[in-house]
Amino acid sequence: MEALKQELKENIIEQLNLEDISVAEIGDNDPLFGDGLGLDSIDALELIVMLDKDYGIKLTDPKEGKVIFESVEVMANYISANRKK
Amino acid sequence: MKKVYINSIASISAQKTFDNTRFLEEICSYAETVLPVVSPNYKDYILPAAARRMARGIKMGVVASKLALEEAELENVDAIIIGTGMGCVRDSEKFVSAIIDNDEQYLTPTSFIQSTHNTVGGQIALGIGCKGYNFTYVHSSNSFESSLLDAKLMLQNDEANTILIGGVDELGAHTTELHKVVNHVKKNIENSLDILKSNTEGAVFGEGANFFTLGNEKKSSTYAEVIGIKMYNTLKSSISDLAKQFITSQKIAIAHIDLVILGNNGDVTFDGNYNELSSELFANTQQVYYKHLCGEFNTASSFGFWLASKILKNQHLPKVTKLNNINDSSFKYVLLYNQYRGKNHSFTLLRKC
Repeated sequence: MEALKQELKENIIEQLNLEDISVAEIGDNDPLFGDGLGLDSIDALELIVMLDKDYGIKLTDPKEGKVIFESVEVMANYISANRKK
Repeated sequence: MKKVYINSIASISAQKTFDNTRFLEEICSYAETVLPVVSPNYKDYILPAAARRMARGIKMGVVASKLALEEAELENVDAIIIGTGMGCVRDSEKFVSAIIDNDEQYLTPTSFIQSTHNTVGGQIALGIGCKGYNFTYVHSSNSFESSLLDAKLMLQNDEANTILIGGVDELGAHTTELHKVVNHVKKNIENSLDILKSNTEGAVFGEGANFFTLGNEKKSSTYAEVIGIKMYNTLKSSISDLAKQFITSQKIAIAHIDLVILGNNGDVTFDGNYNELSSELFANTQQVYYKHLCGEFNTASSFGFWLASKILKNQHLPKVTKLNNINDSSFKYVLLYNQYRGKNHSFTLLRKC
């Protein structure tokens, strides 16, 4: 699980071009949207594509992302339970 | 009809031109056939949250526009008109590569959104809250001239009072490789400043953003007056005849031209038109060139327009730009001529204010 969280943080930084943020600065339970990393709706679409491409998880309802993308911890748990890759 | 003035300028190029207090005093030379820009610190001008989705072309355009607006002491303009030959080619390459690599699956939105040609104009408008006319000309190496002509007509007809115009193009790695394959880029060069001595085919490529605010009222910051512009996709008569026709149509004579700014890029196959003008019609006129400083790109002529503006305002000509040994020291009328690979010829005439 720790390795998956590390991988997710690295992918989020790379995919979303968060040039000024390091892996160490993203806490497992930090909110990704709003007051946390400050991601927006376009980032949510990027994360949906990342889930599909890297883990074989297709989100049919984008509203699900609101819950799944709450934090790296929540994302890692969801991916572990649902991954097909 | 109202007059058209260049009220401010800003340049980001392979030289340190973003500092407008200097005028090509410190020259960068490269032993490369593709010249990157000397970038300002973009973070000083663009918020990190906005900058993270911007490729270099957008950053260059946004920052150059901010510098131009600042110098003109304008917070907004009536219109934004951009010229770009290739638009946001980096994001276009990224998006198309993703389509191919992922078998048309997993397409992410950011590079698609940012890859359109009018992204720069859109980002500038969003930044300053400009809801006016916003247009992007994608006319190959006449893109900047098209934006200039559109702005000139609007200002002359009093349809707008202040217009931001700019020429912007960025280098894309894949696109540049393709140009290398078809020999549009020189195979090698020891010093980018020596392109005219290379005697080889192809050009040294570059990128950049040159922005200007134009207005129909003269200000203390005014650089020059835009007198005329004419474009030709292909030539139906000799370039000398067209130059004569253009100058005559502006109601002046060849002898009135104090300086000719030529877009020679050192491609032996296509520099003939430039050589014809420099050795015949303007043999007795002072001449300068600039693509050894900024490289060749579809809107490189906007760097020539920047150079002309600086020369007319400062009445000073940097030695590194000199093409012949004539040394006039005062400049009233400056003529620019540009073409790329024998197509998209343009004449632009500026006058000292």
